[in-house]
Amino acid sequence: MTGYVLRRLLQSAAVLLGVSVLVFAIMQLVPGDPVRAALGTRATPETYAALRERSGLDDPVLVQYLDWITSALRGDLGVSFRSGETVSSLIVERLPATLSLAVGAIVVALLIAVPLGTLSALRPRSPVDWFSTLTSQAGLSIPDFWMGIMFILIFAGTLGWFPSAGYTPLLEDPVGWAHHLVLPAITAGVSSGSILTRFVRSSVLEAMGQDHVRTARAKGMRARDVLRWHILRNALVPFVTVGGVQLAYLLSGVVIVEFVFAWPGLGQLAFQAVLDRDYPVLQGAVLLFALVFLVVNLVVDLLYARLDPRISYGSGR
Amino acid sequence: MSAGERADTLPSTAPHRPRWVETLVLLARSPMAVASGLVLTAVVAAALLAGRISPHDPVEPSVDDRLQAPSGEHWFGTDELGRDVFSRVLAGAEVSLRVGAVAVGISLAAGVLIGLLAGYYRRWVDDVLMRVMDVVFAFPALLMAIAVLAILGRGSTNAMIAIGIVYTPIFARITRASVLSVREEVYVRAARSAGAGDVRIVARHVLPNVTAPIIVQTSVSLAFAILSEAALSFVGLGTQPPDPSWGRMLSEGRGFLEQAWWMAVFPGAAIFLTVLAFNVLGDVLRDVLDPRQRAAMKGTAKGSGG
Repeated sequence: MTGYVLRRLLQSAAVLLGVSVLVFAIMQLVPGDPVRAALGTRATPETYAALRERSGLDDPVLVQYLDWITSALRGDLGVSFRSGETVSSLIVERLPATLSLAVGAIVVALLIAVPLGTLSALRPRSPVDWFSTLTSQAGLSIPDFWMGIMFILIFAGTLGWFPSAGYTPLLEDPVGWAHHLVLPAITAGVSSGSILTRFVRSSVLEAMGQDHVRTARAKGMRARDVLRWHILRNALVPFVTVGGVQLAYLLSGVVIVEFVFAWPGLGQLAFQAVLDRDYPVLQGAVLLFALVFLVVNLVVDLLYARLDPRISYGSGR
Repeated sequence: MSAGERADTLPSTAPHRPRWVETLVLLARSPMAVASGLVLTAVVAAALLAGRISPHDPVEPSVDDRLQAPSGEHWFGTDELGRDVFSRVLAGAEVSLRVGAVAVGISLAAGVLIGLLAGYYRRWVDDVLMRVMDVVFAFPALLMAIAVLAILGRGSTNAMIAIGIVYTPIFARITRASVLSVREEVYVRAARSAGAGDVRIVARHVLPNVTAPIIVQTSVSLAFAILSEAALSFVGLGTQPPDPSWGRMLSEGRGFLEQAWWMAVFPGAAIFLTVLAFNVLGDVLRDVLDPRQRAAMKGTAKGSGG
């Protein structure tokens, strides 16, 4: 087990290093002068040279990369070209909004997936199953930006139930926070919920076909208890993996949903950084996304072993 | 067809129809597949014939007709420049399909090649290629596409490349997994010991056996590529005006939600239906191309069809 964890940690570190190289390379390839873009046309040559110097942009590329990565390891992600704030403070500032949206969306996804997936697995090829399959297909296919706009049109515009955009911090105004969160969370949660529905269905189906379930039924256990103790418990295992991937995806800033609802999260931060050629901000944000992705995957794999005693990581990959 | 009839006289043996004909027959028996086939036919027809069948010019502004609600003259209404939304939705089909098809073509070619190399040669080739794929995969997909567009510049051609890069790893992974499972099969080893070269083995024995999951992935990827193009155009990085693109139309419509709901509703519905059709088709294909499911489907078909 320890060996496995170590190997996975090393692998994740290697991928993270690759991501850092990739993101750095992308930024080198983006045409245009970031300092010029940040200062505008009115800056004096002295200010321009000073900012270039301070940002280390005149150093060789390899030196720039090594500087950046060693500081990043110490938690220093540099300073935004645009605002002059430190990248870490920008990220920390945006984190609550992204966390709120991710948690809200995963709750929505679970509320869709668990009942719908379980019901359709319990009655395969029934109208319920058919409805669930179609709903999850639709949820997967609906463009989130369109759904968001339609929600704004109907629930913010016509009905006026929810605000159409913006974010209120939880600690400032919990009611306003929830109120603002509803539409974006549903918009972001539907596609994850649709993916999860299919996994709940297939893992419940698989769990139902196992011998111990048949035995439990045969010895007269109540259907509800069989479902709870034997089916759902076992179905949890594969579900955790996909759920984890979905959570990682939601945490990496749902760019489009944040864009539609003017949600001040990490997705918007990264998107704006691309448009502004704000290298340090984009590098920091993407590195964080990749880190989240890898950590979530690692945790999921380890959780897997805890939930399913048959899996051991003693040997093999 | 004649092969099928002959086979019917021999009830105990399976009909010797070519595999793809049988696949089509199974697809035609699925209402879901037929429905999505119809939708896709309509979309392709719109893409090919938009110039001839659209009732109005999709690009030319007509100030007198600004922001008109749907009517007999303008089925989907008009936009803020007086252009007919229906004609623009028809023309948008062409952009969406072209970007989707080229993008998936890129990921298919690159991904299958990478997957074949990694799965067939294993060792360091596998390690290097698949770790690179992991890195691309660890990048949030849309952000990756946005970053690629930041390098290459905006526009639909670059959007194809960006989307193509983003969806390459998934093809590589699927191909590699399938190759790993067939490369140790007896017939592959037999071909190798008979002196067949790598290229021949891959072309004759490995590729045909990995096509099923790749076909399924292609259909599903077309759905996601069309969604991605719409999303990129929606944030202003994909197709540029005045070309009508569904995503672009949606972002224009967003500014007129209160006055002209139709500007946002119809292009979005077009994206939704097209993507849904590709997804449903991919799903049915997955069942039809899976040998176990296939046998079951043929069984039920025999029972009911006679």
